[in-house]
Amino acid sequence: MDKLLNEDVTKQVKEYLNPMQDHVTMVLFTQEDPCNTCQETRQLLSEVAALSEKITYVEKDLKKDAALAEEYGVTMTPSFVMLDKNDAYQGVKFNGIPAGHEINSFLSALMDMSGIDFGLASTIGSRLDNLEKPVNIKVFVTLSCPHCPGAVSNAHRLAMSHPHIESEMIEAQTFGELSQKYNVSGVPKIVINDTHELVGNQPIQEYLKTIEAL
Amino acid sequence: MFDFAVESQSEQSIFDSQKHFDFAVIGGGPAGMNAALYAVRKGLSVAVFSLEIGGQLHNTSEVDNYIGIEHTTGGKLSEAFHHHVLELGVPIKTGHLVSRLEKKDDFHITLDNGETYTAQTVLYATGGAPRKLGVPGEAEFANKGVSYCTTCDAPFFKNEHVIVAGGGNSAAESVVDLAAWASKITVVHRSQWRADQIILDQFKSIDGLEINLETQILEILGDTKMRGVRVLDKPSGEERIIEADGMFVEIGNIPKSELLNGLVDLNERGEVIVTPNQETSLEGLYAAGDVTTQPYKQIIISASEGAVAALAATQYLMHHKK
Repeated sequence: MDKLLNEDVTKQVKEYLNPMQDHVTMVLFTQEDPCNTCQETRQLLSEVAALSEKITYVEKDLKKDAALAEEYGVTMTPSFVMLDKNDAYQGVKFNGIPAGHEINSFLSALMDMSGIDFGLASTIGSRLDNLEKPVNIKVFVTLSCPHCPGAVSNAHRLAMSHPHIESEMIEAQTFGELSQKYNVSGVPKIVINDTHELVGNQPIQEYLKTIEAL
Repeated sequence: MFDFAVESQSEQSIFDSQKHFDFAVIGGGPAGMNAALYAVRKGLSVAVFSLEIGGQLHNTSEVDNYIGIEHTTGGKLSEAFHHHVLELGVPIKTGHLVSRLEKKDDFHITLDNGETYTAQTVLYATGGAPRKLGVPGEAEFANKGVSYCTTCDAPFFKNEHVIVAGGGNSAAESVVDLAAWASKITVVHRSQWRADQIILDQFKSIDGLEINLETQILEILGDTKMRGVRVLDKPSGEERIIEADGMFVEIGNIPKSELLNGLVDLNERGEVIVTPNQETSLEGLYAAGDVTTQPYKQIIISASEGAVAALAATQYLMHHKK
């Protein structure tokens, strides 16, 4: 089969991931046909995993491994989560293939999860110290949207910064029905706890304000 | 098949130790990137501050008018600019908006997270934000059918009928981009085409394209989402409704000059008034690109203005360097 990442992109990705610190595991959930983009997502993850010895890639079946899927809150396919060096789930999830511009939020999440400081500690300060309720951040994207990776990275970094926050990228075309349910016709669209919405690549301050207002 | 647009990453740790720069650039589009390139090559200490890299260039799908590059995409050209500047070691702070710019002895640049940096000279190159139609229903149906980014949102209108509002190059390019998705495209523009003929020539191969010139949009209609627009046919004076599933508004940009209100002279449109050397009315502060009074909003013009600003700032620092 042809590779998804051509020679130039392979080189770029390899260089990008070179500074990774600790080990990261990607757990992909798929299911037997019909599964739109399962095959491509599987191929992307295995090609990227092959470019760094610090990445492990495992594949699970949504039905056969239902208990694990439930642990990570995975309900759709293709969907993958990233685990840190202790195999702990930090609330970082991708639903659909992170191709096109979205490769950037994927690579950035790998770097962040490996322990590279993403410099949010001073911005967040003590603002999330009193957060007790669970926060779910959905970021709807299209693969042709240049502003979307920034929105996804912000959400994922918040998830990595607090145990009660989880964040998921949702590729709007693969999950068309879900996108319709949330009235998505412009991206990035950020939905927090199904009740609060932000549109566009917002600075982290806007996420924090919205979370504080929940 | 999928493609992959990997963007270079800037080393952020330098911002922990260095808080002062000779030349600070606010904005990550063509003007800001080219200014950073010219300034660092002159030996200035340079930093760039921008929420994201690319500016409006990032929203452009095809670029066919940058001399020497016969065909590329906005994303690729933007990444090439970015990579070039990073290779020269310029630190770029992304993910944060500049929330305040003040001049004390030096310029003070405050980010939305409270961090402050200082610089002896500053280039303000924040570009523009999409201009809105300013008609009833626009705010209500924004992102519920009404979009300002064709490359981002075209996939939501597969096999649907969309309106493109506008008559310049970005509107014409929007039509070409949407042809791959929409089943029907209706252009509505209040006057005549201003787009390049070479883009309009591509319309011949687009099925289901209807063009309404001298037609003004009066209102956006809908329920839970946009369903159509009410328009005025200017020659006949008659009003009618055009039903559609979505609309892309491509009627130019408004300058993002809000941080300069009260700091420098702006014209009645909010554009920064500059000299031929890109100087603003405040000493040491330069402006370049779409935020200025320069009427032709083009990638190459913004880039070239950025270079002029960097060279002018270099000259200024030679006489005023502390």
